[in-house]
Amino acid sequence: CGFRISPREPCTYIKDSDSSPVEYRASPQRLLTQSTLHRNSILSSFCTEENVQECLFHITQELASLGLSPVGTGCERHSELDVVAVLNCMNDLIQLHRRELRTLENMEVEQLKSNSSIDYLQITSTQLKEQLELSKRENTGLLERERQLQLKVKSLENHLKNEKEESEHNMIFSLSCKNFRILLRTELAKSKVEQHLWKTDKTEARHEGEMYKTLLNDYDNRQRELLLENAELKKVLENMKKDMVSILKTKKTKEESDDEDIFDATKERVELFSDDAREKLTNGIRLQWRKLKSHVERLDNQASLVDISARSNKDSVSRETHEEEMHKLRLEIQQCKDYIRMQQQLLQRQLSSPCDEEVTSLLNNCYMQQEKERLKGDWKTLEEQRKIFDRERGNFTEAAIRLSHERKVFEENRALWLKHQFLNSSPFPDSSKPQISRLGRKVTARQISFCAVTLQCHLVYRLKYSQVPVVRWANQKIIFNRLCSHTVV
Amino acid sequence: MNFSEVFKQSNQLCKVSPDGKYLATCVQYRLVVRDVATLQILQLYTCLDQVSHMEWSSDSQFILCAMYKRGLVQVWSLEQPDWHCKIDEGSIGLVASRWSPDGRHVLNTTEFSLRITVWSLCTKAVSYIKYPKACQKGLDFSRDGCYMALAERRDCKDYVSIFVCDDWHLLRHFETETQDLAGVEWSPNGCVLAVWESCLEYKVLLYSLDGRLLSTYSAYEWSLGIKSVSWSPSSQFLAIGSYDEMVRILNHITWKTVAQFQHPSSINNTKAVVYKEVEKRPAVSEDLSIHNISMGSTLFSTQSKYEIFLPPVHLPVVKPDPERANPKIGISSLAFSSDSRYLATKNDSMASVVWVWDMQKMSLAAVLEQTAPVRCFQWDPRQARLAMCTGNNKLYLWSPAGCVAVQVPAEGGFQVQSLSWHSSGDSLILLGKDHLCLCYMETEQEDK
Repeated sequence: CGFRISPREPCTYIKDSDSSPVEYRASPQRLLTQSTLHRNSILSSFCTEENVQECLFHITQELASLGLSPVGTGCERHSELDVVAVLNCMNDLIQLHRRELRTLENMEVEQLKSNSSIDYLQITSTQLKEQLELSKRENTGLLERERQLQLKVKSLENHLKNEKEESEHNMIFSLSCKNFRILLRTELAKSKVEQHLWKTDKTEARHEGEMYKTLLNDYDNRQRELLLENAELKKVLENMKKDMVSILKTKKTKEESDDEDIFDATKERVELFSDDAREKLTNGIRLQWRKLKSHVERLDNQASLVDISARSNKDSVSRETHEEEMHKLRLEIQQCKDYIRMQQQLLQRQLSSPCDEEVTSLLNNCYMQQEKERLKGDWKTLEEQRKIFDRERGNFTEAAIRLSHERKVFEENRALWLKHQFLNSSPFPDSSKPQISRLGRKVTARQISFCAVTLQCHLVYRLKYSQVPVVRWANQKIIFNRLCSHTVV
Repeated sequence: MNFSEVFKQSNQLCKVSPDGKYLATCVQYRLVVRDVATLQILQLYTCLDQVSHMEWSSDSQFILCAMYKRGLVQVWSLEQPDWHCKIDEGSIGLVASRWSPDGRHVLNTTEFSLRITVWSLCTKAVSYIKYPKACQKGLDFSRDGCYMALAERRDCKDYVSIFVCDDWHLLRHFETETQDLAGVEWSPNGCVLAVWESCLEYKVLLYSLDGRLLSTYSAYEWSLGIKSVSWSPSSQFLAIGSYDEMVRILNHITWKTVAQFQHPSSINNTKAVVYKEVEKRPAVSEDLSIHNISMGSTLFSTQSKYEIFLPPVHLPVVKPDPERANPKIGISSLAFSSDSRYLATKNDSMASVVWVWDMQKMSLAAVLEQTAPVRCFQWDPRQARLAMCTGNNKLYLWSPAGCVAVQVPAEGGFQVQSLSWHSSGDSLILLGKDHLCLCYMETEQEDK
């Protein structure tokens, strides 16, 4: 069976804009028909031939609950269906149902409308959000620009101040400057209002700046230290290389030293900061070190060969003697060392004991003791000799005294004798010189000779016991002899 | 060496002001400020409860007294004794309190490390820092007082925040590559932040001031890791002491090890000097007159001096109990001398031995073996001189010239529990259980 589409009931087709599958909403009329069909099937099973009364009763009750007039007449048991009432009731029901459907439809329409409006709002809100983001970004960009402009403004202001001072000094006051200042002032006035908004940004920037400054300083310091260290190490390497080159130069031939010369020449003025130069330096060092190593190895081999060859020749004997000499030398060295050590100890002991003076004096005395004793011995011998000399001197003096006495006596005797002689020997027997002769004795030749003999004896005696007055006596003797020769008649 | 008389103190709270002029001590609930030179009492303040923590401000103008049980902090002014300030954290509790480097803000860590409250003494304003981490060393100020590094924990991840101390503005906030961050420490030049993991993993991360990761160092895996960390004063070296009884030194250029110092139980073939403290009990004289006995502790106390032992030397080792937590093994204390020339270390399994390493030669310089476990050691802030104490009545000093043990001449015995140097290096503050004593270094005894 078909269905009628009443022109009153609207038929709406709603498409969801968010690309979800299209929901096709059927017309309410169609729904109604479907439900009525469904209901018809229920109704057909509701009332049968048997339970007519019950059904009637039930329906009456239902209608009463809905507020409609009952359909059945009569009492409860035997109620009969009033056709008119039934028809009216049915119509009422249909009307009711229709009304209900209408309201349902309206509600559905309303719901659809609100759904669509919600969707629309959602779309608009996302759009607005995007717009807000954009505008926020723009805003920050603008803020940044404004900040930059403000900085610029500040710098310009400073510049202006300088200009103003200049102008005051130079007495130049142009209208353009004035206008500029006015412009600045107005801009500043504007910017002051918004200054409080930027405060946090400024401090943030300041903090960031300070933090980065600290880090940069630290990195600078570290880099400086590393550069210094690097330079020092490079210098050391350079010197090492030079030393190695010089060592090898003295032993190598000219041809080999040529390329080293080249290296040296380039190294004099090279910038040690480039990779190239660094590589050159390290390669140079490696080369020199290899050469030095090979050279040392060669020398070692040579030395060992020489050793072996030396040992195989007759140098074995010389080696032994050499060893003996070495041993002797070592012993000597050891002895010298011991001696030195002992000396040092003694010296130290001497120097390090200033408080114990007795001991030091005693020690000092010990060293002098031997000499002292020697001295004493010497003194003793000297004393003895002195005594001997003294004794002899005494003897000599005694002898001299005696001698002088005897001489005196002799002189006196001689003088007497001479006097006598003179007195007696005068040709004239008369004594013209009475004062001279006291003795008055005639001295004969015999007497003279006797005197001479005695004198001689005396002389001999004297000569025997004293050597000293020999010469004098000899002279006296000569004089006497002469006298005697004169006087002897 | 002159020793002052003994004064009372409680809770080991005794600090010299940063300018070196004053000495503040806490006796029960009183705060006593003395002049360092004359030890005369200059000021006396009374707090509301027994003081748990006391700290000088950086400009030596204020003293902070924190009473954790009551959640109170009182700040006293030296110039104006009448001025007083009380900070009450209230029910949220207080576990730690400290000054900011400018001496005008107080940072209080609330209970369970829920937050850090920054109280400003100037503006009376309060700021909050959320999610601080409760760990070994979660907060550190850079030496110049410009920046503060704070370890944070949010959503089971570790972060480090760097604040600028003028206005507590957050400069950087970054996540660290750690499982369980244990500590942060600035290098003395303030450019590098060392961050280390808890002892379950050996890992040290080095961050630049602007939050970039410079380097990561991990010596080994699957074993207990870092126990202590120390920067050298020149910022050239970072010394890391670990549970494997070794100290590793990292250099500041490549952040790789330049040396590894081992702490073996027997020392052979070393140029280091091994000093051993030898106690000798003085023979009790027959003349036990009253005079001698009244001389007091000197009669019954033991004299001790250092003797030099030649290697091979065997050091006493105490094996840690594997059943107990926090095993007594590994390098727990590290200290650089002020000129970065020497490093002193202590291995917990040989707690009575202090090792002194020469940083120029990167080798062992001296080993000091004491008769009792070393409680505390500290370098002189001016020269290379190490002072230490072992809980008996003696003070031990080491310098490159030699080693000396000095008995503290106090009546009734004075057990030195900890010590700290005066900033000028002229005197030492010795703290006993309930007393303190000052030691003035006028004459330098450096025999042996």
